[in-house]
Amino acid sequence: MSVVKFSGDTSCPVTPHLNSGCGFPAPNAEIFFLEPYTTLNIFGMDFVIGKTSILAALVSLIVATFFLAAARPRKMVPGKLQSLGEQAYLFVRDQIAREVIGKDGDRFVPFLGSLFFFVWISNLMGVIPGAQFPIMSSLAFPVSLTLMVYATYMYIGMKHQGPIKFFTSAMFPPGVPKAMYVLLAPLELLQLVVTRPVTQAIRLFANMFAGHLLLTTFTLAAYYLLSPSIIGVLGSVTSFGVTVVLTGFEMFIQGLQAFIFTLLTAVYIGGSLHAEH
Amino acid sequence: MSVLAEVTGSIGSIGYGLAAIGPGVGIGIIFGNGVQAIARQPEAYGVIRQNMILGFALTEALALIGFVVPFVFGA
Repeated sequence: MSVVKFSGDTSCPVTPHLNSGCGFPAPNAEIFFLEPYTTLNIFGMDFVIGKTSILAALVSLIVATFFLAAARPRKMVPGKLQSLGEQAYLFVRDQIAREVIGKDGDRFVPFLGSLFFFVWISNLMGVIPGAQFPIMSSLAFPVSLTLMVYATYMYIGMKHQGPIKFFTSAMFPPGVPKAMYVLLAPLELLQLVVTRPVTQAIRLFANMFAGHLLLTTFTLAAYYLLSPSIIGVLGSVTSFGVTVVLTGFEMFIQGLQAFIFTLLTAVYIGGSLHAEH
Repeated sequence: MSVLAEVTGSIGSIGYGLAAIGPGVGIGIIFGNGVQAIARQPEAYGVIRQNMILGFALTEALALIGFVVPFVFGA
């Protein structure tokens, strides 16, 4: 149960109503810090077990179970589950891996596919009743995924182009006037080492954060305005309608962000495999 | 030093408004040109859409950073 706090009077109820005279409780970043269920101390480190970590474990379980179950019988004539799994696999292979990396993108499909479906289902938890918390709105999750991606394309780049050549080919793109390299080389290096992973993590995090905040605002407004008066009914119904429409829009954004995250991963891996020319 | 002008209240929302100007223009250009490209060459739809979404993602990040920063550094 996520508790909506708002800064101000402690005598106000957690979710005030129009009649309580407490003012509209505009949700802020506090709604993302849920109360942990329990804290485990393992080897001197604190592991917080809360809604977010349980949902994340559940999501990994769902994704893994689905693909294992879809691939287990593996018949020539696929059944319902197997064709669904094949559709999912083919989507990642044809729309992302082959489109961006090319023919040798095929060996990255398992990685890209796991990323896509983990991120997508994690995001989807933001609108599934009962869960209603997008896991990726906790910065730690996008950051750890991005670190994984970062390590992957750094390793691939150094392996395929050589440890020095990988950086120099990024820093000195061909077809640029020599004098421009003074300006371009530091920027390209910064882009490769810092900007790429930071923006990739922030993009996913910020989208889910903003979407959840927006949904919370309108849901709260629907309750806050509910009263037997013309303004109350009109305002409440409008807020509820907006919530429904935004939930649909949010589901679109969730899929799009998972797609973009995977697409960018593929672009970075592709860039590490073949130097720009 | 005496204060000549002061802005109080929700400054973060002003910051977000300012941060959204550039990406707003940029995303408009990206999708406008993308739709035009698809109209001119419908058979290249896959590649164009791919690059359109990529450009959109890179541009949109700026607005989103503008949205999140007030929460992170805000009072």
